[in-house]
Amino acid sequence: MVDVTPADAVPPAEVAEMELYHPHSWWTKYVFSQDAKVIAIQYSATATAIGLVALVLSWLMRLQLGFPGTFDFISPEAYYQFITMHGMIMVIYLLTALFLGGFGNYLIPLMVGARDMVFPYVNMLSYWIYLLAVLVLASSFFAPGGPTGAGWTLYPPQAIMSGTPGGQDWGIILMLVSLILFIIGFTMGGLNYVVTVLQARTRGMTLMRLPLTVWGIFTATIMALLAFPALFVACVMMLFDRALGTSFFMPAIVEMGEQLQHGGGSPILFQHLFWFFGHPEVYIVALPAFGIVSDLISTHARKNIFGYRMMVWAIVGIGALSFVVWAHHMYVSGMHPYFGFFFATTTLIIAVPTAIKVYNWVLTLWRGDIHLTVPMLFALAFIVTFVNGGLTGLFLGNVVVDVPLSDTMFVVAHFHMVMGVAPILVIFGAIYHWYPKVTGRMLNEAMGQFHFWVTFLGAYLIFFPMHYIGLMGVPRRYHELTATTVMTESANDLNAFISIMAFLVGFAQIVFLFNLIWSIRHGREAGGNPWRATTLEWQTPETPPAHGNFGKELPIVYRWAYDYSVPGAKEDFIPQNMPGSFGTSREPA
Amino acid sequence: MSVILVFLLVIAGFAGWWLSHQRLMAKPWLEQGLIGDTIGLEGSALPTAKIGLGVFLAVVGCLFALFTSAYFMRMALSDWQALPLPRVLWFNTGVLVLSSIALQCASVAARRGEIDAVRLGLVTAGLTALAFLVGQLVAWRELTAGGYLLTANPANSFFYLITGMHGLHILGGLVGLGRTTAGAWNGTRPERLRLGVELCAMYWHFLLFVWLAIFALLAGWAASFIEICRQLLT
Repeated sequence: MVDVTPADAVPPAEVAEMELYHPHSWWTKYVFSQDAKVIAIQYSATATAIGLVALVLSWLMRLQLGFPGTFDFISPEAYYQFITMHGMIMVIYLLTALFLGGFGNYLIPLMVGARDMVFPYVNMLSYWIYLLAVLVLASSFFAPGGPTGAGWTLYPPQAIMSGTPGGQDWGIILMLVSLILFIIGFTMGGLNYVVTVLQARTRGMTLMRLPLTVWGIFTATIMALLAFPALFVACVMMLFDRALGTSFFMPAIVEMGEQLQHGGGSPILFQHLFWFFGHPEVYIVALPAFGIVSDLISTHARKNIFGYRMMVWAIVGIGALSFVVWAHHMYVSGMHPYFGFFFATTTLIIAVPTAIKVYNWVLTLWRGDIHLTVPMLFALAFIVTFVNGGLTGLFLGNVVVDVPLSDTMFVVAHFHMVMGVAPILVIFGAIYHWYPKVTGRMLNEAMGQFHFWVTFLGAYLIFFPMHYIGLMGVPRRYHELTATTVMTESANDLNAFISIMAFLVGFAQIVFLFNLIWSIRHGREAGGNPWRATTLEWQTPETPPAHGNFGKELPIVYRWAYDYSVPGAKEDFIPQNMPGSFGTSREPA
Repeated sequence: MSVILVFLLVIAGFAGWWLSHQRLMAKPWLEQGLIGDTIGLEGSALPTAKIGLGVFLAVVGCLFALFTSAYFMRMALSDWQALPLPRVLWFNTGVLVLSSIALQCASVAARRGEIDAVRLGLVTAGLTALAFLVGQLVAWRELTAGGYLLTANPANSFFYLITGMHGLHILGGLVGLGRTTAGAWNGTRPERLRLGVELCAMYWHFLLFVWLAIFALLAGWAASFIEICRQLLT
């Protein structure tokens, strides 16, 4: 046991106090607020609202796929528009915004022991620009020609041609403008998250004492700050091609017997730029999930996280590696075989730190005092789902396997498992975990259990069969396949089954939303620390935390975030800000 | 994509250097008690605003590195025709250098507390930066008058796009500079003014560096430089 300083001789906090902005009216307190906690809730509410649109779009797609030819209003154009908007909303406007803008804003200052983000005004601007981006995106549903139907990857040349819905109308322009706005807004927020972790940690909170949630969000934010510019560049250049007639991406094309004015451009250039953003994006969503799940498992298994150092290194390693794997999304673009070999290798290497994390979660559970609370159920479900999606990733990471599978439903099943279902399970778990801190009341347990089981089992019933459909050779991206030879009767039956399950899972989310609203008033009183957790956000003097988070004096941190079930301690958890040394021996992790 | 990868390598180098000072080998489960201020692990002594600006400049650098990457990839295709650089760009470069120097002087003066010199430096920097922007517009007019229109060739498109993007960043900087300059007259606290001037100087130096890189790129020197590197490597 290393006691760095005698615990009882601690001078008062000396971290420089930041000048807090104090709101003077209802408007600056709840609407144009500079308090990270309010901004977090604004981010989360907006992301959830636009996420519901994406949910409805997925239902519409499943209606068409499960029961082709039954619904006349789903034209091929409309189907592509649903695909595009569903994908874009889920990946960027929901997952990225919720993890970084929502959880990042709420948890970073509280967990590192800061009063607020370091640039509160910029933080507020970040939200309002995000809201503007969402509104621009939503407005494309009402624009002439409707939203773009180019697929969420927006590949040129088709994205800006008349054959694609929205290509020569407003759809694609609004999409590009909305993305550009999102990136500007995100950069403002991202600066805050990074610099707050760097500069506003309270006394004693060294980097190696940060909860893994903060490590995950911190690393993901740095990645996002470096990856989003690639999407920005791609969007600006495509906007030029579409609106001003340049030829960055547009090759010479004859459309409807008419030579277009473009010529010589390179669609592959766009793919490089897009995936240079697109692959880190997977981990931008995954790393915060990794971090949060580590904390949930440790807290609800009453056991310290296994291999904390390894977990930190793995997060950093994954973050760095994810910038050199982008072209594995482009195996079918006709690249040089050596190029493909390189990217297949880097892709498989990234499985190593990821596997380390999975082992460490499992070993944390080993002989733990596991409480099967709703957040824990979601965390466990995440591990299973992530392993599942990760394994099919090994298939697709290899060029020879990817080429035949690339255009099938197998890919759809893979990425929904690994970056759709898995992170969303974590989001649910995190909401059940931190809702008591945000509102002061617990979410209803029965509704939570119902929500979990229907969502978890339902998601498997949706995406497991989809792997088989893909292996049978059923292609993705098609509006209707009934009359073709690949669609056997059993494949059609499976499709109908998947669609029914999709509705079921969707309706379970309505129960969840009802629970969120109902529990604000009728939930059980939570108290300050219902999960008996160690991290600083549970040690605030008020619940929900007041403006400034920690009352008069900032907490001082004396230990890491995972002192659970320490032998010799009075309780089975020791908060990070509790002085004194406990315990005699602890197995090194 | 080699340019952006090299850029990220530099960033990774910085990050690695910083991380290596953060006791990543520590065993936090064995350490109880107050650590941190004994070893200096609680954030940097630099002002938070400077670190924030530093992170932002990394993002800006990333943006221009990506434009450069795209430039080289598009340049390799057959329809590329380099455009003659307007002479006025040389003049603009000189003006931007002056602007940077003026801010550096202001920053030195702020450290010494000479408020008049600070004001002079800030105003000179602002005016020269404006002159730079006007000069860039003149360059655009010259090119369009010469028939080098935006859509005629990808080299032209990139010229307008990249110089425009750089100009927008200068314009954004001018907003910050304007606020700092106003503060120099309205009696901001000296330490706050000094921080503001230093931030402006940092941003200006960086944008000057970006401009020099862009200039080399657009003039074709960067391409020959990369060609030499490539030959050395193979």
